[in-house]
Amino acid sequence: MSEEKNIIQPAEQASKFVNPLYAKREVTGPDGIKFIVDPLRDYFSDQRPQIYEPNSIPVIEKFLNWARAESLWVLGFGTGCGSIEIAPLLTPRFDAFRYGVMPRPTPRQSNVFIISGYLSIKTLKRVVRSYEQMPNPKYVLALGSCTINGGMYYDSYNTINRLDHYIPVDAYVAGCMPRPEALLAGFNKLKELIKDGKAENANEYAKNFDWYKANQKKIIKDWNMPDYNW
Amino acid sequence: MDFDFEKIGFTLLGLFIVLNWGLLMGAAMRKLGARVGRRYGIPWFQPWINLFKNYAIRSTLSHGIMFYLGPVFRLSGGIGLFLFMPMIIGSQLWLNYSFQGDLVLIMYFQFFGMLGMALGAGESGHPYSAIGISRGLSQFTTIELPLTLAIISIAVQYNTLSIIDIVQAQQGGFMNWTVFTNPVATVAAMLSLLGVLSHSPFNLVNAPNENPIGPPTEYHGSFLGVLQTNRAILHVVEAALFMNLFFGGATNWFEFFMKTFLIYFWSVFVGVVFPRYRIEQSVSWFLKVPLVLGVLAVILYM
Amino acid sequence: MKNLINKLSKVYELSDVVYQRPNFTYATTTKENTISLITQLRDLEGFSHFVLLSCVDWIEDNLFQLTYILNNPTQKYDIAIRCMIDRNEAAMTSAHYLWEQIATYQRELKEMYGIEFPGSPRLNENFILEGWDNIPPMRRDFDTKKYSEETFFPRERPSSNDPATYMKSRLHPDEWDGKIAE
Repeated sequence: MSEEKNIIQPAEQASKFVNPLYAKREVTGPDGIKFIVDPLRDYFSDQRPQIYEPNSIPVIEKFLNWARAESLWVLGFGTGCGSIEIAPLLTPRFDAFRYGVMPRPTPRQSNVFIISGYLSIKTLKRVVRSYEQMPNPKYVLALGSCTINGGMYYDSYNTINRLDHYIPVDAYVAGCMPRPEALLAGFNKLKELIKDGKAENANEYAKNFDWYKANQKKIIKDWNMPDYNW
Repeated sequence: MDFDFEKIGFTLLGLFIVLNWGLLMGAAMRKLGARVGRRYGIPWFQPWINLFKNYAIRSTLSHGIMFYLGPVFRLSGGIGLFLFMPMIIGSQLWLNYSFQGDLVLIMYFQFFGMLGMALGAGESGHPYSAIGISRGLSQFTTIELPLTLAIISIAVQYNTLSIIDIVQAQQGGFMNWTVFTNPVATVAAMLSLLGVLSHSPFNLVNAPNENPIGPPTEYHGSFLGVLQTNRAILHVVEAALFMNLFFGGATNWFEFFMKTFLIYFWSVFVGVVFPRYRIEQSVSWFLKVPLVLGVLAVILYM
Repeated sequence: MKNLINKLSKVYELSDVVYQRPNFTYATTTKENTISLITQLRDLEGFSHFVLLSCVDWIEDNLFQLTYILNNPTQKYDIAIRCMIDRNEAAMTSAHYLWEQIATYQRELKEMYGIEFPGSPRLNENFILEGWDNIPPMRRDFDTKKYSEETFFPRERPSSNDPATYMKSRLHPDEWDGKIAE
């Protein structure tokens, strides 16, 4: 898996936008030996994502899926106008803690990524980084019509139209904007999917890695991060 | 050296009881916080689910050897505290491995986990981890000062460093408890308990649910599961330490549960009422009233 | 306000003065006079607060219109100074030394309209767009819908249901022409 070549951007595009600090260049060391420095390759791991098979014993996997479904830790990353709908979820009126939903500040500890509305290209770059840093059973809940077909920003030069071309999506919550009740319904739908064992999109992402990367690199022109952000 | 399998078995059973009791108290704490905020709150079994889920995370990521050892040190700090802490006085089976002078060892183990965690979280390389460590160590140092002074006062009062002896000296009616015989040391220690259990006024180090999460920023999956396990154990054992030192110990499990629950909820009740201190505020707070009370407690019994 | 405009028009070439509201006035001046006019307003007339700098693309006249809005906090009124610059060689004198925040506005205009502000700090750094390689997107000759369709994998739009023609088809099928308008 790791021997496969990474998807490298066209050379002229890469040289055009990469910060000269990160550009590939030849450096003369203090001892006079010349060597090539490529910070985007040298400082980062270029390992590709792995596919983690579910537990082979169905009973154990069913139990673990139940635990995953009942303990959804949400990454605190609001991308668009929908992030204003996430805050009331934790207030007494809606109280998502009842369903095991808890906000977490770091992608390493979270399982659910709520894409809350439109995504500009600049945000998509950060979303891809955060999504790839989350540990393996990870789920994406796409909020609002902007993530489905672009919504009211369908003709904007700067916002994406279809989220599922860039990261895999488990459940959509339609609306512009969906109310917090709709978001709770989305959480419950996600729970059903996880309990049925149908939410293995992290593995799908690893399987179709090349396709996702090609789509991402098509619009993120100044690609100055590793292909997979460990 | 011959192994006393019965003793090992009862110690492991005690650890199991303490772990589950700690998880239940954690759930009760969050439930209480929710009810104060007029929410319904989590289900009471949520900590167990979180624990199972975290141990079932498939992909883990290493930042080096110390990154692995950090949670291990933290857990061994918690279990070390448990091993040398007598749980139930009056039964040989639940005394664990306490011995003469275990009070000194327990004071050491309180800092052991913090230091191990500092090394591990430092290796993760995340800036929030480094900030959390410096905050945690500076706050814990000031927490330790009044606590240590109070314990010195008790050691002078009972003329022993053995927890079992201290507990046995308090038997025979609640008027013999340290809380009545040495109230100044008790107040100093109970104020520092607020910091030891790191609930609301003094929880900036972990700052749950906020952006700088503190030392465990990079810990995920089973690493985080180990830290959660340790947290549950540590909270019960700290409460048990204060129960043994100040509130006459426990002679059966029911008494143990009642007393640890009330001691633990002293910090929770304070936590739901008072908002969070910044780190320099909490450091200077511990260096004022609790420290003065601690010094006073030592002077009174010198 | 009128006193101020009369006083200024003795020195500068002011045109298209619009008294929009009692406390808000538009005035247009030439490209060369703009910065000195703003400097005088700031230093002598008490307009110490800079509100915003924006741009309008008049593609039919081949012009960009720059609007500097200033605020007088003591008198509590605003003045908007407009100037027209050539669209093909879009460039304007930088005003970043008057208020620091103008440098950020100028960075934005550079990115969104391609207007040059020689000497403005960090002018060529990315402001919002990262790695943009097309003509500046806020220029009106940039076809944003076409760009979006080429770039962002558009989903097929569902067939539109215009309420008027849809209800006509249901309620008065004999008058309906057989199509539902987009």
